[in-house]
Amino acid sequence: MANLTVNYLGVEFKNPVVTASGTFGFGMEYNELYPIEKLGGITVKGLTLNERQGNPAPRIFETSAGILNSVGLQNPGVRYFAKHIMPKLKELDLKIIANVSGSTFSDYVEACKIVDASGVDIIELNVSCPNVKQGGAAFGTNPDTVFEITKLVKEAISTPLCIKLSPNVTDIAAIGQAAMDGGADGLSLINTVSGMAIDLKTRKPVFHNIVAGLSGPCVKPIAVRSVYQTYQRTKAPIIGMGGIANGNDAVEFMAAGATLVSIGTMNFKDPFTPLKVIDGLNAYLDQNGIADVNEMIGCAHPTGKKI
Amino acid sequence: MEHLEKYQVATANIIKMTNLCGTIYDVTVENEYLAKASRCGQFVHIDCGDEFVLRRPISICEVTDSGIRFIFDVRGKGTKRLSEKQVGDSLDILGPLGNGFAVRKGKSLILGGGIGVYPLYELAKQASKENPCDVALGFRTKELVTLEDEFKTKCDNLYIATDDGSYGFHGNALQAVKEKLESGAYETVYACGPLPMLKALKEITDRNNIFCQISMEERMGCGIGACLCCNIKVEDDGEEGFKHLHVCKDGPVFNAKEVLL
Repeated sequence: MANLTVNYLGVEFKNPVVTASGTFGFGMEYNELYPIEKLGGITVKGLTLNERQGNPAPRIFETSAGILNSVGLQNPGVRYFAKHIMPKLKELDLKIIANVSGSTFSDYVEACKIVDASGVDIIELNVSCPNVKQGGAAFGTNPDTVFEITKLVKEAISTPLCIKLSPNVTDIAAIGQAAMDGGADGLSLINTVSGMAIDLKTRKPVFHNIVAGLSGPCVKPIAVRSVYQTYQRTKAPIIGMGGIANGNDAVEFMAAGATLVSIGTMNFKDPFTPLKVIDGLNAYLDQNGIADVNEMIGCAHPTGKKI
Repeated sequence: MEHLEKYQVATANIIKMTNLCGTIYDVTVENEYLAKASRCGQFVHIDCGDEFVLRRPISICEVTDSGIRFIFDVRGKGTKRLSEKQVGDSLDILGPLGNGFAVRKGKSLILGGGIGVYPLYELAKQASKENPCDVALGFRTKELVTLEDEFKTKCDNLYIATDDGSYGFHGNALQAVKEKLESGAYETVYACGPLPMLKALKEITDRNNIFCQISMEERMGCGIGACLCCNIKVEDDGEEGFKHLHVCKDGPVFNAKEVLL
């Protein structure tokens, strides 16, 4: 049994496996199937300042080795989260990452202040949601905007801050660098890849918003490349995600530079995926005589530790 | 509408599988937990194979002594793959999920259309136990008329309708019993079927103040209320006049009065 404890942004995680925002609710549904305290942490459903009803149905569509989603940030708002949900999550022995979105700079700042006071361990700023008309990806694709919003939020909160990056850019590492220059403590990537599907019966787009977000195993190579390039450029602490289904996938992300790995889409296929990733990662380390998972982080890089 | 037991990921062996008609398959699986925990109107989320990232939600048709029975139509690659399974194969089933029908006292009508007929069979067994109960089922054509004999033993009157008039009443199930329904013969209506039928039914039950429970469907992700994908609109006092609930966790059975169809 290798050491699986990792430190991300000053927060100690009992293992590097967390769940991705929007795929795990607020954890309670999966807690019915297994004690989610076995996880390093969870990232809660994307929160906004005010309650949002999200997009009309359909919101999900299966593709080859993945899914398209267009949920549009349905959530009860940060005040409800702070008052009714966070107190329950605090009772559990796992770390809570709160994903926060907004449509204006002041929305982001105000929402983050409320989440900051609720006692979450880390705030993940979502500047890359492809499924909302205002804010979201429009912020995350411009380095100057990312710099500015990171700076504003960072000044307003005391919780460690990571910025969730969109893969729908030419140079994701440059966006990551802008976030770090703005004062981010870490980065989280990738959000979904912009995609689309046409309904064969109507011959019209499946989704009302036309485009939707692609996730699952089909995006994994894009995600591994994004983590590698971003780590190389920024050396930032990274939460890596994108189609992780097993321990070997987690190994790839950590070698590319991720400190934490996040399980998203594959929760739908097999609710026990995060536990299998923990077991698989541990087995890999044991089989390869690696005593500490931390040695894995960034080891794929020329500058990486020889293990 | 009442959540009774929790869900599990169950491994269930197929003990019976038949091609009921056309592309519709009738499957019985064995699993102790599913047998114990499943209720009428609930559904299960089935992993159809390695090549599919999403499970397929399928309604429970009957709760048997040793497991559950479900009937599904081949609608795409996932259900096609499921239809190729055989007796002896095991299935990875997440369930039972959602809130089923709340069986009420008094005279009831069970109304089903198309593949919406099959989620109603366990309900018919329960609803007819101590209370008078009529069943009206609609199919596209005579070749697709199924479970007639089984339903017949679980109700006082069984009405069969076909869209093309090739068997029974010429029209849909609702039209077959519309007059009786409007005359106030039933205290409760339970329904599952095509949206136009549910819409027409809701108009009648709303107008006549008849308690009506409908089973809904929508494209689904996790099946347990975490991903918020299978949204439907329900009435709300707030600014927008509606809110989104989710078929998997808040349904699939809803009070027709609250749903915006």
